[in-house]
Amino acid sequence: MRIALLATCLADAMFPDVAAATVTLLQRLGHQVVFPQAQTCCGQMHVNTGYFAEALPIVRHHVQTFEAAGVDAIVAPSGSCVGSVRHQHAMIARKGGDDGLAAAATDLSARTYELSELLVDVLGITDSAAQLGSYFPHRVTYHPTCHSLRMLRVGEKPLQLLSTVQGIDLVELPGADQCCGFGGTFALKNPDVSTAMLADKMAGIIASRAEVCSAGDSSCLMHIGGGLSRMRVGVRTVHLAEILAATKESAPAANPASTTATGNVGAAR
Amino acid sequence: MTTFLGIPRRSRPSGHGMGHNGLPDSPLRGHTSFPDAARSAVGNTQLRRNLGNATATIRAKRAAVVGELDDWEALRDAGSAVKQQVMARLPELLEQLEAQVTARGGVVHWAADADEANRIVAGLVENSLQPGDAREAVKVKSMATQEIGLNEYLEERGIEAFETDLAELIVQLGGDTPSHILVPAIHRNRSEIREIFLREMPDAPADLSDEPRRLAMAAREHLRRKFLSAKVAISGANFAIAETGTLAVVESEGNGRMCLTLPETLITVMGIEKLLPTFADLEVFLQLLPRSSTGERMNPYTSLWTGVTPGDGPQNFHLVLLDNGRTNALADEVGRAALHCIRCSACLNVCPVYERAGGHAYGSVYPGPIGAVLTPQLTGIDGHDDPNASLPYASSLCGACFDACPVKIDIPSLLVELRGRVVDADRDRTIPGGWDAAMRAASWVMSSGKRFTAAEKAMKAGRVLAGKKHKISSLPPPLSAWTTSRDLPEPPRQTFHQRWRAEHGSSDDAPAPGGEPR
Ligand code: SF4
Repeated sequence: MRIALLATCLADAMFPDVAAATVTLLQRLGHQVVFPQAQTCCGQMHVNTGYFAEALPIVRHHVQTFEAAGVDAIVAPSGSCVGSVRHQHAMIARKGGDDGLAAAATDLSARTYELSELLVDVLGITDSAAQLGSYFPHRVTYHPTCHSLRMLRVGEKPLQLLSTVQGIDLVELPGADQCCGFGGTFALKNPDVSTAMLADKMAGIIASRAEVCSAGDSSCLMHIGGGLSRMRVGVRTVHLAEILAATKESAPAANPASTTATGNVGAAR
Repeated sequence: MTTFLGIPRRSRPSGHGMGHNGLPDSPLRGHTSFPDAARSAVGNTQLRRNLGNATATIRAKRAAVVGELDDWEALRDAGSAVKQQVMARLPELLEQLEAQVTARGGVVHWAADADEANRIVAGLVENSLQPGDAREAVKVKSMATQEIGLNEYLEERGIEAFETDLAELIVQLGGDTPSHILVPAIHRNRSEIREIFLREMPDAPADLSDEPRRLAMAAREHLRRKFLSAKVAISGANFAIAETGTLAVVESEGNGRMCLTLPETLITVMGIEKLLPTFADLEVFLQLLPRSSTGERMNPYTSLWTGVTPGDGPQNFHLVLLDNGRTNALADEVGRAALHCIRCSACLNVCPVYERAGGHAYGSVYPGPIGAVLTPQLTGIDGHDDPNASLPYASSLCGACFDACPVKIDIPSLLVELRGRVVDADRDRTIPGGWDAAMRAASWVMSSGKRFTAAEKAMKAGRVLAGKKHKISSLPPPLSAWTTSRDLPEPPRQTFHQRWRAEHGSSDDAPAPGGEPR
């Protein structure tokens, strides 16, 4: 398949290892990866903050960029950005009076997948160790991010992928379905409630006695990891893509864009 | 500047007098913005424990009883469809209700706003009292009368309104305001309740303990006397059936039933959106409501009444139909979904923001997720300093409310829609706010690949900020809102764009992968 990577602006700028791990996975499966270099952002921050008019040119740019790529599928290592593509792009186009763009956005969104969706539903991964060579000998807990859970309904897919990684000790996260408190600009507009939610999420992570907290969204991980780092909890955050891309051969390289400065165990590059 | 939220501006909700900021002092509007009010609530450890325990208990109960039904999703669809139909046919159904109630001996009154409703009710109470009667009325728990501030209005006119719902009584005796639409005293624990009873209830036994049963018995003693002496009862309604003119109140304690049956006069204040077209529709809603609200299969008391029955129950029945901003919300195709709400409170109980901030932080009798969409629609938003302008942002958009809502109100999408209106209402400001400027700049950057990569280069500066610790722990305002509780990682040496360019040059295509597909 010819698959385009939607790196997401946050992973692109702050967590390039997450985007790179996504590419690695697809290439390992023999797919042709395309990275449309004109890509920027899905516009979700603007939409969710109420700046619809400002989101319109971003949505238009996204649609034009990925239409031009001529691919079978588009994948993003983010439930939230895929949620925005699927549930908001056409709405923003319609609000802007551009029905043509709305139709194109709907068309494109049907080919846009969150990583675990693409791997399980489209590429048929049932055993990460056997099919992807995934090896990650660590105690890991998984936080299902709200948009992957409730907007995309990815359900058990990420857990299915993680549980078949060789060497992993996957442990349950107490209160897993509770929001971590990130919420985009919510974290800045309502910092106190956001932090209170984060505190409870961290308590769950600590109770799980995991050494790594994983998720499918770099944004929520940046928030959770930022709290864990501040509290010197000694738990680091690693994106799902990086765990799946890690192999026996991949050297424990630099800390995989973990937002915590504790520990130094690598995932694949 | 007022946000335009609908086409025909029928009425503006009103309270009495003006509060701080020159804004009306109304049960639908507080004095502080949500983030400010939430700041102190989050620091209140007692409140956090009380709310955390209570919401966790209700959540678990609800999940258990909802899980029992195989057709729960079909029921939600049915509930949503009925409510959509009600909103589409509201004028016609209201007239049908009026005709049916009138034909069965009731009197229907129409109130455009809170003031008018309060005036009507006060007049009706006055007319029902004989000289020498105690100037009082008993009340069934009702959100509509909270919304219009009826108790305060009556009090100003020397009429005492006694709340008979246990939790509402606790709130009233404590001189407090409700913080939850179903469990108004959810912010109190039992030792606090014991203290309130001992302080405010003259007939409370001196040796009252904080055992729930003892507390309930003390309240029961206290209330029984009121039920037997009161001439007038005031209630709300959960449902009104247009087809038959039947009103319904759903409750747990039986105190509502006492009020609905013992006094001579019954006055019901009901929001105009509470209609159901036919009696058969109750089948759907009497399954949805108790499971969603108290986590019970069936609530203990469901009272239905139709007009007046000679020799049985109240002999005078008045129905006050309240608009108070509802037609504004109705005129708005997106916003009208908020009127589908049956006030079950499931969205409050599952909301992580409500659980930490508590109901009072919303400044409205309608707190939580539904309050954050309903309140600003009912009141309109008066400029960016209006505390209600902050309500649509009082959510992380996690979506738990939408999943829990028995009538499938897509609250997150409604919140986003309202955020758009808050922003648009401010567009004619001569000096754009900080957010406006930042969002415009970001839009310009993110709508071009070239500008985006150029901007990413500038992020390198963050590496200097991060220094030897490889993380950023303090930033100036407004970004300090992040760094007060969270570190930021050091920006990477290379962005993914730069990495790709280094490996593949200007080509978007990676070289075809070698080896066979696995
Ligand atoms: S919005 Fe839905 S969940 Fe919330 S109180 Fe209303 S009916 Fe219940």
